[in-house]
Amino acid sequence: MRPNQTKSLQSNTLAGWLMSGPALLLITLFLIVPFLLAFWFSFTNQRLISPNPTQFVGTSNFEQLLGVGTLVLEPETAEDGSLVVSDKGELSYPRVRDFTRNNPDFQHLNGMREWFGWDWGNTRVLVLARDLVFMKALTNTLFFVAVVAPLQSLIALLLALMINQKLRGINVFRTVYFMPVVVSIVVVSLLWRFIYDGRSGLLNNLLQFLSFGHFRPVDWLGNPDTAMWAIIVMSIWQAVGFHMVIWLAGLQNIPLTLYEAADIEGASSWQKFRFVTWPGLRNTAVLILVVITMQAFALFSQIDVMTNGGPLDSTQTLVFQAVQRGYEQQNIAGGSAISVLLFLMVLAISLVQRYLTRER
Amino acid sequence: MAGLSLQNLQKTYGKVEVIKGVNLEIEHGEFVVFVGPSGCGKSTLLRMIAGLEDITGGELSIGGQVVNAMQPRDRGVAMVFQSYALYPHMTVYDNVGFGLRIKKTPKDERDAKIREAARILQMEHLLDRKPAQLSGGQRQRVAIGRAIVRQPEVFLFDEPLSNLDASLRMDMRMEISKLHQDLGATMIYVTHDQVEAMTLADKIVVLNAGVVQQVGSPLELYNRPANLFVAGFIGSPKMNFIAVQVDEIKPGMVTVSGPDIRAVSIPVVTDGLTVGTALTLGTRPHQMLTADQGAITATVMLVEHLGNETIVSLRLPSGKAIVAGLDGDFPVAVGDTLHLTPEANKAVLFDEDGRSLPIKS
Repeated sequence: MRPNQTKSLQSNTLAGWLMSGPALLLITLFLIVPFLLAFWFSFTNQRLISPNPTQFVGTSNFEQLLGVGTLVLEPETAEDGSLVVSDKGELSYPRVRDFTRNNPDFQHLNGMREWFGWDWGNTRVLVLARDLVFMKALTNTLFFVAVVAPLQSLIALLLALMINQKLRGINVFRTVYFMPVVVSIVVVSLLWRFIYDGRSGLLNNLLQFLSFGHFRPVDWLGNPDTAMWAIIVMSIWQAVGFHMVIWLAGLQNIPLTLYEAADIEGASSWQKFRFVTWPGLRNTAVLILVVITMQAFALFSQIDVMTNGGPLDSTQTLVFQAVQRGYEQQNIAGGSAISVLLFLMVLAISLVQRYLTRER
Repeated sequence: MAGLSLQNLQKTYGKVEVIKGVNLEIEHGEFVVFVGPSGCGKSTLLRMIAGLEDITGGELSIGGQVVNAMQPRDRGVAMVFQSYALYPHMTVYDNVGFGLRIKKTPKDERDAKIREAARILQMEHLLDRKPAQLSGGQRQRVAIGRAIVRQPEVFLFDEPLSNLDASLRMDMRMEISKLHQDLGATMIYVTHDQVEAMTLADKIVVLNAGVVQQVGSPLELYNRPANLFVAGFIGSPKMNFIAVQVDEIKPGMVTVSGPDIRAVSIPVVTDGLTVGTALTLGTRPHQMLTADQGAITATVMLVEHLGNETIVSLRLPSGKAIVAGLDGDFPVAVGDTLHLTPEANKAVLFDEDGRSLPIKS
């Protein structure tokens, strides 16, 4: 006969379901259902509010988002075959819109806009995109991830290594570094908007003070060249404390005797880090990289509060675009399609990261 | 040639004194065991020698050179840790060769040394494995291999066998002993297990509460313990202590008796003794003879038959318990009354301060 207690626990499945019920219900309602709905909507023409019935449109949402094409332009020639050169000595090319607007010979480029291009000898090669804003958002997001993921994990590791020393009052620093994590990202974004202010912002004032007035104030968030960097710096500052704590937990899992053994064997500080600390942090590193990557892909609040995607779309991001389209433009299908693409990207990158950092 | 010299070595953590002035000379090639109960400071002392703990006071020299301020790596010591401290992500080969790699030893030389160490410790077949794939005993071998590959002047062992099971512990004990013979290096070994201390040591250092209680060969400590602590710590089962007082003093001989024991005469230096002085008589369980006219009469409380011997717990008239080690086939049962006599020339008398009275030599 089985012990009584085991039996009573196992037979009371109803109680178990009841206890987990509320959580399951909420998770289903607000996580699983929207997740599945997003997949469905991305294949329809669903709008937020519309009198027309929803129609299945296949992959046209994705085609719209991802549509790219190339256009090769030859310089214009005069009747005698010589190249037309403008007053400034520049070659003259046919207008792009002649190809992308109702040109029966270039049907596949219809509705596209110029994304970027380069000169190849006298030939000009142009890459066109059907949805330029989405492409900007995509490249901005990838850029943000590419900068933030390594930089933030590295800074967090350095902070953790410093914090991990046995010094008096080190807890104060731990608290200070962790504090931005506790503050709401919206509040942090608002504060940094003041810091970045073009005229009387703290950063400009500080730089002017340090350079004895030689520094010319920059409108950090209003300048397409600096806006994204401003967001990156602020984002790293805000979240670095969280990852510092994760690194710290990893550091404290490494047995002290390993360092002592290394001491006796004559390892220098760098060698101890290289051969004891870093291999011991392997699993932590995987976790941190995956978490930071996912968080970075989800960049939204800072943009929403600080720049609204501007200036000149220089801070557009995928999540911001998904929200913009879904709610501001009432295009739920378009927003869903972006979400699905984002999901697939994060999934792919996480899988690659896991593969690259696997146990060998 | 690396002997060690500890001059009034001290260690304090804040106001807590852990090592209270240890003086000790260790000859080159000696096998010295620090033994004592938990918290007696033996590990701290070892770590001070290794350079893992700062020295608060006194002077430590290795090979005639004061090393107080020297980094661990410059002291020419190798240490085997209780937890083995193997680098989990490295193979056995890399673990053993780590110190050499740090020292930038040429690859061929390194390889030869690693394989030689593996041969000595019979672990050549383990070289490609990682520590997680090894048993406790194998890990210990690797840890020792890592020490010997560096050919240090001094080996330090911090309770290396305490994580192993009993039979493995015995095997490793013999291997360490053999290693000492083969290498001829100075070895300092910390343990709380007095059997390890007795079997391995050329010289045992008994520590209690940060103070050296006695230094000597295993048999010196067993036969002539300097005080009650050493007497109680060395030997298993423990020495029996019986309260007595001096009845009669003759040259080189004192006769004592007590509530639990009739008069016995024990050869000691009698200087300073007077009739009536309270003493403690110490007698080993295996140095008690059964006799019809025995000085001690006691009731058997518990009998443990071990085959080669029988350990008997007895109660004295005063209620105190003693233990006797009798022949394996000695007929005895719980409730019997036994008459025992301590072997007079092996018994030890302790004065009121717990110090043993010297014997005439």
